[in-house]
Amino acid sequence: MDYKALGLVAGIEIHQQLDTKEKLFCHCPTTLREIAEHNGEFSRYLRATVSEMGEIDRAAKEEMKSDRKFLYYAYDTTCLVENDEEPPAPMNEEALSVCLTIGKMFGMTPVPQVHTMRKLVIDGSNTSGFQRTALVALNGTLPNGGQIETICLEEEACQRVKDEVFSLDRLGIPLIEITTSPCMHTPEDVQKVAEYIGMALRSTGKVKRGIGTIRQDVNISIAAGARVEIKGVQELDLIAEVVRREVQRQQSLLEIRDELVKRSAAVTDGGRDVTDLFKDTKSTVLKKAKKIRALVLPGFAGLVGREIQPGRRLGSEMSDYAKKCGVGGIFHTDELPAYGVTAEEVAMLRSHVSAGAQDCVILASGSSEKQAMCAVAQVVVRAKIALSENPVPEETRKMLETGSTAYMRPLPGAARMYPETDVLPVAIDAARWNAVTIPELLTDRADRYVKEYGIDRPYALQLAGSEKLPLFERAVNEGIKAKLAAFTILSTVTELRRDGTDIAKIPDEAYLAAWHAVEKGQAAKEAVPEIFRSIAAGCTFEDSLKKLAPAVSREELEAIVRKIISERSDFVAQKGKGALGPLMGVVMAEVRGSVDGKLVSEVLRKEIDKVSNGK
Amino acid sequence: MAVVKLGSGYNIGVPPQACSFIEHAGPQAGKPAAAAQNNNLPLLSIVSTGGTIASRIDYRTGSVTSQFDANDILVAIPELAEIAHYRTIPLATILSENMTPAIWQDLARAVHDEIKGGARGVIVTHGTDTMAYSAAALSFMIDSPAPIVFVGSQRSADRPSSDNAMNAVSAAAAATSDLGEVAVVMHDSTNDDRCAIHRGTRVRKMHTSRRDAFRSLGADPVGYVEYPSRTVTLTPGAIRRGERKLALHDNLEPHCGLIQFFPGMSPDILKAYEGYRGLVIAGTGLGHTSTALIPGLRKLSDDGTLVVMTSQCMHGRVCDRVYDTGRDLLAAGVLEGGDLLPEAALVKLMWVLGNEKSPEKAKALMQNDLKGECTRRSAHGL
Repeated sequence: MDYKALGLVAGIEIHQQLDTKEKLFCHCPTTLREIAEHNGEFSRYLRATVSEMGEIDRAAKEEMKSDRKFLYYAYDTTCLVENDEEPPAPMNEEALSVCLTIGKMFGMTPVPQVHTMRKLVIDGSNTSGFQRTALVALNGTLPNGGQIETICLEEEACQRVKDEVFSLDRLGIPLIEITTSPCMHTPEDVQKVAEYIGMALRSTGKVKRGIGTIRQDVNISIAAGARVEIKGVQELDLIAEVVRREVQRQQSLLEIRDELVKRSAAVTDGGRDVTDLFKDTKSTVLKKAKKIRALVLPGFAGLVGREIQPGRRLGSEMSDYAKKCGVGGIFHTDELPAYGVTAEEVAMLRSHVSAGAQDCVILASGSSEKQAMCAVAQVVVRAKIALSENPVPEETRKMLETGSTAYMRPLPGAARMYPETDVLPVAIDAARWNAVTIPELLTDRADRYVKEYGIDRPYALQLAGSEKLPLFERAVNEGIKAKLAAFTILSTVTELRRDGTDIAKIPDEAYLAAWHAVEKGQAAKEAVPEIFRSIAAGCTFEDSLKKLAPAVSREELEAIVRKIISERSDFVAQKGKGALGPLMGVVMAEVRGSVDGKLVSEVLRKEIDKVSNGK
Repeated sequence: MAVVKLGSGYNIGVPPQACSFIEHAGPQAGKPAAAAQNNNLPLLSIVSTGGTIASRIDYRTGSVTSQFDANDILVAIPELAEIAHYRTIPLATILSENMTPAIWQDLARAVHDEIKGGARGVIVTHGTDTMAYSAAALSFMIDSPAPIVFVGSQRSADRPSSDNAMNAVSAAAAATSDLGEVAVVMHDSTNDDRCAIHRGTRVRKMHTSRRDAFRSLGADPVGYVEYPSRTVTLTPGAIRRGERKLALHDNLEPHCGLIQFFPGMSPDILKAYEGYRGLVIAGTGLGHTSTALIPGLRKLSDDGTLVVMTSQCMHGRVCDRVYDTGRDLLAAGVLEGGDLLPEAALVKLMWVLGNEKSPEKAKALMQNDLKGECTRRSAHGL
C-alpha cells in the first residue's frame, strides 16, 4: 500500500509505569495485588462536571448516557486517597525526577512550574472521576528527526476486574506519558519509534517491567479521513498491524460513503416499535427484550454488513455506539437470518416496515422503551456520520486482540481539563534541572558489553534489555565472569522456563551464590540448571549444592577417571584420543556436575594419553 | 508565576516576564439559566450558605472556594427537580469556618420565614466543618413543624465523584418527608447507597475527609434515605411533621467560649474569659480539669460566668461526683453538662443565656433536654 499517497500521518503516546517506592499522590506502595486478596469494597456513581472553562466534555457526556454504579476493591496496600476519601499528598518527588531524567534524555525543556490537572474520566476507572496529570517537559527530538511534543506525569487508573468492577491496587501508580508529534508516515515507522522510546525509558532503570506496564496509544489519520486515537496497544509487535488496519478502516468508510451517496441513501430519525412482531421469536436476545425498535436505513443494504477491517463492519461501529445506552448491541438485516432470528421473521420485518431491497433494517432491543430509543438514536447518529462529508468520525478507539479496533468514545477535547486544586504547583528551577544526569542508553550499554566482555552484539542487546540487567551488573562487580552470568541469564533461564521451571522462585542471591560456586570450582557450570531446578522446587541453595554438586578434589577426580578408563580399556585402546568425547559424558555423570567440564576434559585427556603412550 | 492554559487544556506556570499580551480572551461561559421546575410538586426552600457543596476553583489561591448559589445547585443536580419545586435563598457564600452566631441568627430568621411562607421543608446548604454547630443553633432557635435539613459535601462539587448530588437529593427527600425537626443529612457510609438523617443536636463531624464523616453520638440517627430510590425511613424517636408549632426564638448571647482542657494547661488561660457570660469546658474523662484550674473557675463562676463541664471523650456522660477533683469543680460552681456534646453545649449556652436572665433558671435549662441534645438514659454505647 502506498501510505505516502494516502497521506498517512501517525503519532504515538507511550504510557509507562514508573517503578517508584510510593504512588504518585499517596504513600501507598506501587505493588499489584491478586484480586482475591482484596479486603474491602465500596460502590459509587460518577457524574460529568463542567470544565474550568464552564463546558462539559463531549467524551464525558457520552459516558453519562447510562447511570452506572461502580464497585471498587480495596486492599491493605491502598488507602483513603485511592478511595477518593482523602485529599492527595504532594506530588511524588521520585516520580517527577524520573520524568525530568527522561525529558533531558530527549533534549526537552522543563516547564518552569508544574501544575497538576484533573483529566475528566468517568468510565469508572478512577474513583475521583478524573485522572491527575501534569505537564512536565516540552519539545524533544527523536533520532529519526521526529519530535516529542510533551512529557506528562500521570496517575495510573484502576484495573478493570470485569464490567463495572475495578481494583484499586493499580490506581495511583506513577505513569509517564510521552507524546510524539504526528511525525510518522508508515506503519513500520510507528513501530520503530515506539521501540526506541521504550528502550530509552528502560535505560533509566526506573520503569516497571512486564505485561501491562507499558501501553501505547496510536493517533492515526489519512488525508481524507480523520484523527483517531487507538488506546491500549500493549504488544509492540502489533503496532504496525494496528496502523495498517486503521488505514484500511478509514479507506473502507470513505468507499462506503461514496457508495451511499451514489445510492442517494438517507437517514431519518426515530424508528418504530416492533416488539409485537417478535413475541414468538426463538432469538434469546429479542425474547429477553422488553422493547424492540426497528430503524430503516434506506440505501444501506449490504453496506452495514461490509467488512471495513478484519472482523469489523459498519454494523459493528453502529453497535458500539448503541452500547453506550447499556444495550448488548444491535442486529441488522445484512447479517440476518442469524442469532435465532429466522428468514420468515426477517421477511415479516421487512414488509412490516416497508423496507426495499436496497434498505437495511436495524433492530435495537432494550430493557425499556427509553433504552431501545436511546440505542436507535445512537445508530442514527452513526449512520448520519457514515454518509456525511466526513464519514470517519474523530474517535477514541480500543484495540481488540488481533489489531482491529472498537469505538470507545469521541475524542476528548481541552474541556476535560480542570485544575487539581488539592495539589500545590512544583517549581523546577535551573539548579534542579542542571543536576539531572542522563543514564547510558541500553543500546550504548550493549555496545560497551561487546567491547568490554566480548559478548556477541545480539546477546549483548538482549542482556541490556533484560529485567536481570541489574543482577548482571552486580555479578560483574563481584568478580563473576561476564560470559558466565550472561549465559545463565539468557540461555539457562530460558531453557528452564521452557521446561516449566518456576524461574520467579529463584532469588537473585541464588544466582550470585551459584556463580561464585562455579568460580571457586565448587560446582561445574553444567550443574547450574540442576541447582536452579532444585531451588525452584523449594530447596535452599546450600542443600541443592550439596545434593547436586558434592565437592570433588582433583585427586578424587583423577581416581574416578582412571577407574572409568580401566573399566573401558578396550574401548580406549581402540579409539585412542577419540575416546575423549564419549568418556566425557560418563565422567560428568559420575561427578554429577560438581567439577567443571574443562577440568574433567583436561584430566581425562591426560589419563587417556598416559594409557595410549604406555601402550 | 503566571498560569498559562495551553490548547491541550493543561496549565503550566511561567514567569510573568516571559508573557506578553496578545488579546483579551473571548467571553467565558455565562451563568446557567434558571433551572426548570414543576410547580405541581411540593415547595422546598433552599437556603444556601456556601461550603463544599457549592465550591469551585479560586484563582486567588488556586484552592477551592465557595462560589455557587442555590440555582447552580439545581442546574448541577437535575434529579432535585423530580422531588419538589424550589425557592432559592442565597444567604451567604462562605466556607463554614467563617460562620458566626450573627449569621446563625440571620439563617434562623430566613428559615423561619420560609416555613411561614409555606415551604414544606427547608434545605440549608452548608460547609461541613461547622455544620453541626449551625444545626444545633437552629434546633434551639426555631420550633418547626416542618423539616429543616442541613446538607453539605465532603468532596468538592467540581469533581465527578462528589457526594454533593446524592446528599442533596437525599436531603430533598428528607425535607419532603414526615420529619419535623432540624437534621443533618449526609452519607451513611463510604458507599453511594444511603444517607443518614442525624438529629441537629447530637451530630458531630468525626472525620476530616470521608463522606460518612457525620455521626450521631450517644444516639442512633433519626432516619435514613436510601439512594437512588430516595425512600425515607424514620425511627420511632424522630420528631414528626406538625408535632411542633412554628416559633422563632432568635436571641443568642455571643459572649460564650469553649475550651479544651489539656495536661499542664495554665490557669492564666481562664483570664481571657473574664467577663464572658458562659464557658463550656471539654474536660477529660468524666469531666475534669486539673486542680490548678479550680480557683480560676471558681472566680469566673463567682463573677457570673456560667461554666458548663462536658467531656472530650465525646461518648458518654459527665459525672463530677466520682473523684475529688470533680467534687471540687462542683463546689467551685461548675455545672455538669450531662451527655451534651461540647459544641452543642456551647450553642445551647449561647441560646439559654440569650433568652433567660435568671442564673438559676439558666442552669436548670442547661440540664434539661430541650431539643434532643441531652438524653436521660445512656442507652447507646460507643
